[in-house]
Amino acid sequence: MANLCGVIGIGQTKYDAKRIDVSMPGLLREAALRALEDAQLTFADIDAVVIGKAPDMFEGVMLPENYLADAIGATGKPLLRVHTAGSVGGSTANVAISLIQAGLHERVLTIGWEKQSESNAMWGLSLSPPFSVAVVAGAGGYFAPLIHAYIERSGAPEDTGIRTALKDRQNALKNPYAHLQIPDIDFDKIANSPMLWDPIRYLESCPSSDGACAMVLATEKLAERAPTPPAWVHAMAMRSEPNQFPGRDAVNPAAGRKAAADLYKQGRISNPRKEIDCAEIYVPFSWFEAMWMENLGFAPENEGWKMVYEGATALDGDLPVNMSGGVLSSNAIGASGMIRYAEAAMQVRGQAGEHQVDGARKTLGHAYGGGSQYFSMCLFGKDKP
Amino acid sequence: MRDVGIVSFAQSNALREVRNEVEILLPVVKEAVKQSGLARTEIDFTCSGSSDFLQGQPFAFVMALDGVGAWPPIKESHVEMDGAWALYEAWVKIQTGEVESALIYSFGKTSPGDLAEVLALQLDPYCVTQLWPDADSVAGIQARLYLSRARKSERDLAEVAARSRRDARANPHAVAKGDFDVEKLLAEPYRTSPLRDHDCPTNSDGATAMVIAAGDLARELAKRPVWIRGIDHRIDPPALGVRDLTRAPSAQIAASKAGVGRDKIDFAELDAPYSHQELILCEALGLRPDVRINPSGGSLCTRALFSCGLNRIGDAFARIASGDGDRAVAHATQGHCLQQNLVCVLEGE
Amino acid sequence: MSDDRAPIKSITTPVRLEYDFTAGQAATLFLRGLAQKKIIGARTGPGQPVLVPPRGADPRTSELAQEAVEVSDKGTVVTYSVIRVPSENIKFDLPYVCVNVLLDGAAIGFFHVLQNCPLDKVRIGMRVRAKWVSDDKLAPTVASIEYFEPIDEPDVPYEQIKENT
Repeated sequence: MANLCGVIGIGQTKYDAKRIDVSMPGLLREAALRALEDAQLTFADIDAVVIGKAPDMFEGVMLPENYLADAIGATGKPLLRVHTAGSVGGSTANVAISLIQAGLHERVLTIGWEKQSESNAMWGLSLSPPFSVAVVAGAGGYFAPLIHAYIERSGAPEDTGIRTALKDRQNALKNPYAHLQIPDIDFDKIANSPMLWDPIRYLESCPSSDGACAMVLATEKLAERAPTPPAWVHAMAMRSEPNQFPGRDAVNPAAGRKAAADLYKQGRISNPRKEIDCAEIYVPFSWFEAMWMENLGFAPENEGWKMVYEGATALDGDLPVNMSGGVLSSNAIGASGMIRYAEAAMQVRGQAGEHQVDGARKTLGHAYGGGSQYFSMCLFGKDKP
Repeated sequence: MRDVGIVSFAQSNALREVRNEVEILLPVVKEAVKQSGLARTEIDFTCSGSSDFLQGQPFAFVMALDGVGAWPPIKESHVEMDGAWALYEAWVKIQTGEVESALIYSFGKTSPGDLAEVLALQLDPYCVTQLWPDADSVAGIQARLYLSRARKSERDLAEVAARSRRDARANPHAVAKGDFDVEKLLAEPYRTSPLRDHDCPTNSDGATAMVIAAGDLARELAKRPVWIRGIDHRIDPPALGVRDLTRAPSAQIAASKAGVGRDKIDFAELDAPYSHQELILCEALGLRPDVRINPSGGSLCTRALFSCGLNRIGDAFARIASGDGDRAVAHATQGHCLQQNLVCVLEGE
Repeated sequence: MSDDRAPIKSITTPVRLEYDFTAGQAATLFLRGLAQKKIIGARTGPGQPVLVPPRGADPRTSELAQEAVEVSDKGTVVTYSVIRVPSENIKFDLPYVCVNVLLDGAAIGFFHVLQNCPLDKVRIGMRVRAKWVSDDKLAPTVASIEYFEPIDEPDVPYEQIKENT
């Protein structure tokens, strides 16, 4: 019953620690105008806008999309603001895709963004719920114990994370938008970088970035006529679960596994490792690549780290992961999920330039958030499903 | 478009709650699910609305998940908006055919923070927020302009307030209620001219939950499903000096798209937190003078911000479901001075 | 009219918002217990898992979890991390260890800080106990527990706590 949806325009800002050269409206318009240009459209052609970002404390503006409405061409149009923690970029795109699938609009603009240098993201992430203990600062402090648990279960070698970080940082050098670009990056540089939350080192962690990512989505008929071949949405899924309860597996969460299973079923994928050409997944701390390989069904349980070791996830591997440099290279929290989707879509449209995977026809975009409890994902195809 | 009906609704409202968000929400969600006739696990999609800055907590919606049945994992999403927009997202999901039913909920505790200061953050961060204009004063500017343009008086506003409070007496969930004499109200000092206390919302703590279902399922579940015949939302530019604050163009467009003018309307539940905004909305929605407005008492009497829009829609549903009216308009607003508006038309089977 | 001044690139707006949070029944149980040197969890009913700190509902069933149950202030470390990042919220010297402790009697881990243990001796399965503040400082606040410290009891095998990691 759902109508087919195609991605016909993609735009990203240059990600950086502080985009002091633009205001908030300027930041969003940079991405939006690039996406519109890619689709050879203007704001006037857009029927609805869906915006996503993480907590408003990161900019110190409450419901900033109300303030941004006219800057992004939403005047007189429907405007939605999604917020699902770190997965928001993905779930925002999911909502925008639904609008096309439902047949409600012909062209939808969706933007994920964060200008977290305006406030203080570290502070924002460290605000503990009232009456509870502020034990750690930053998301890394929350996830590091989970990574320890993964190492204990899987017996993964200690340098697994470093290998992923090296790959992502080398990939970033091929992505003109990436925030962190370290030309002389090597294994030792990462291994010797300061340990932050054991076992996560500084160069195994994501930066804090300002940035926005926009996509223009269209109906089948309009996407067929688009100037650049569209990325067709083959499937999308999302699942959530509470972040702490007896018996919860926070390392390989059920919500992630179920979302992936749902995605593959809709996309008629029976062997994800073979059938998916490459993936952009949400890896804010290096070890998550190994863990998500299992959660996404690319590797059996406790063996995700082997894919990292074998080089399977390298740009020239059999399942390249985070060709763009990933969240490890750019993390504007509200945008990161959408960047994963956008980069995955760019691959099937042949737009990824130096980090293009040749012949990519089926790609996966993935985002997660909260205490590894919110998952959004999308399957893009060069051909219609 | 698929037929989508509201099959159940529950709410909780109080001036100030000592319970935390999960404790307020849990029984409301439970009640809505119970009334729906579906088991929790049979509801395909969950969507909620809330605001971090209102709650004083980043990721405020995460703790709510404990109380709404998120295990085994659920298809769930959240908007940083009033629950009315979560309803919209859920309605869209049903239109795609991916799901047949949805649970929508929202919560808002206005008591923890100083709402006037919190809402000042919802203005232009470069040129306006620093003046720390409180929401009532911003609304007051709109009220002054409106009274002038529409040639209405402060008495007209007091009458809206008195009528709302009088009607609220019949609503067990309303927070402000009672018999107020318009003369006495007018004798009260201004809070921020031309607005007096009674012209401003009764900010409260509350939660709402609603279950909707597609066509045949709705018919199976409800004795009298209340159909969402049309639903649309629009937004106007933010800058207070850029638009005509005395009108609500976005509400007008949304009303037209939702099909408000197509048939007779029995009553309307309008999310107008300020008395003059009810008058602006009636004009924008093209409501005839014989349409009963806010039989629940409306947001003037009960306003758990981020929950009150969904509350108005729920109140309209409940009235139709009980047989008191067949066709109603329900509205939700967001942002200062009616910047963003959602309008839906509900019709009983 | 030309303006030779450098363009304004940013403005700083200090924001201060005060929120008056209500603990809710769940947190109240917990905090009052701390004032009495007790760690109180909650469960939905007899025989059900005890959640510490109480959150109001059991997330698996979304049933109200309001029956107070005292748990031990001793427990097992189910996972941990050595923290080297400072934050204004935290007063411990760097590096410090944060631990997820499965208190005896509880069904979920309790996040806190470990002290008085050499970094290379921290391990999953080790036994620890809460160090309370002095009696005159006890109050209905989480600060009543200063930290956790190792105790002389045999480690719990990983297999037994695997489900809680």
